[in-house]
Amino acid sequence: MDVLWDSTEPLTVRQVGLHLTNRDLAHTTVMTVLDRLAKKGFARRQRDGRAWRYQAAANREAYVTELMLHALDQTGDRSAALASFARRVSDSEAEVLRRALESIGELPRG
Amino acid sequence: MLPLVPVLAAVAGGTVLGAAGLASARWPYRSPGAAILLWQALGLSWGLAAVGALAALGAVPGEHGVAGGALSGAVRAIRSAALGFGQPALIAAARLAVLAASAALFALLVWVLVAASAAVLVARRRHRILLSLLAHGDPKVPGALVVDHPAAAAYCVPGLRSRIVISAGTLDLLDAAELAAVLAHERAHLRARHDLVLLPFSALGRAFPRARLACRAHATVALLVEMLADDRALRHRPARELATALLRVGTSGAGLAPSGALAATSAADAEVTARVARLLAPQARLPLHVQVLVCGSAALLVAIPVTLLLFSF
Repeated sequence: MDVLWDSTEPLTVRQVGLHLTNRDLAHTTVMTVLDRLAKKGFARRQRDGRAWRYQAAANREAYVTELMLHALDQTGDRSAALASFARRVSDSEAEVLRRALESIGELPRG
Repeated sequence: MLPLVPVLAAVAGGTVLGAAGLASARWPYRSPGAAILLWQALGLSWGLAAVGALAALGAVPGEHGVAGGALSGAVRAIRSAALGFGQPALIAAARLAVLAASAALFALLVWVLVAASAAVLVARRRHRILLSLLAHGDPKVPGALVVDHPAAAAYCVPGLRSRIVISAGTLDLLDAAELAAVLAHERAHLRARHDLVLLPFSALGRAFPRARLACRAHATVALLVEMLADDRALRHRPARELATALLRVGTSGAGLAPSGALAATSAADAEVTARVARLLAPQARLPLHVQVLVCGSAALLVAIPVTLLLFSF
């Protein structure tokens, strides 16, 4: 997937394989992985002569954002899908908590 | 012969009152495990009693409690409707109506649970696939995945193939000891399958967003589950590390005007504050005999409707 994200144009299975020379993967392995990515909607593919050309369906940042939005789902109706360590507090409460942090001898970071 | 309808209706009403009381009680913070058990018993007892009260209304006295009585009640009403003798049509129709309502309530509760579980499984699957594409390991947090994003996030994806995820923002924010405390907290969630505890309450809260009590129950149990995981983490890490980790993650990004989905809620304020206060100034656990009393009442709460549904007296 990283290869697709780093490329500006659609790649054939062979081209993806060339980027992965250090991994020593069989041509069919790369083909299977790309096929699966396409079926799951992470990659788009188009016919080019006898080969398929693959392209990332969305850029890496979009997926990271999706992950984080899901992870930080703090709209109040948290689904039970994930369990977050701590939810974000409001500004006024953050001030109170920062003072609590100082009072136990810790300097706020971040 | 017990007056089944009023007894079951009283149990259903009593569990609602009990839940309202439990939602505002403070003793659960001292023994979250026992309190969670009581919440589960209240929920189960309410469902059984509410379905049972309606069924008892349409049941005929029989051998196998309300469940058996409801079945023979339905059979008798259908027979008299089909054959045109036996019960007057009006009574048969009324009996069928309450029995149908009881069955519908039962089906609704089961459906809500099944639908919520399915939604959770789908969401987790997608999340795991994204993680496998995007996340990487990091020696600072052994056993966890790191996502390169500046916001502070630490969470787990429960399930058979569970994952603990830490954002790059959290790695920068916390020191090694605090990170270890966070990992211990998340591992406690995964090991005890706290997500399964939370699922029915989350399902009810989402299915009935207008029912304030259902939403409060969900929020309360969610907080108790966090406290339980905090307690577990304290077996391996000092309270202070966990408290400072909580404060740092909770206050990070405040004032950054995050997007709508990241908006802080007053509920989040209360949760983080309560957990930090509990870590920095711990209160003694409930005495053993009180804990036994709580567990005993939980057992009784479930036993009453189950007995009335299955056995005749």
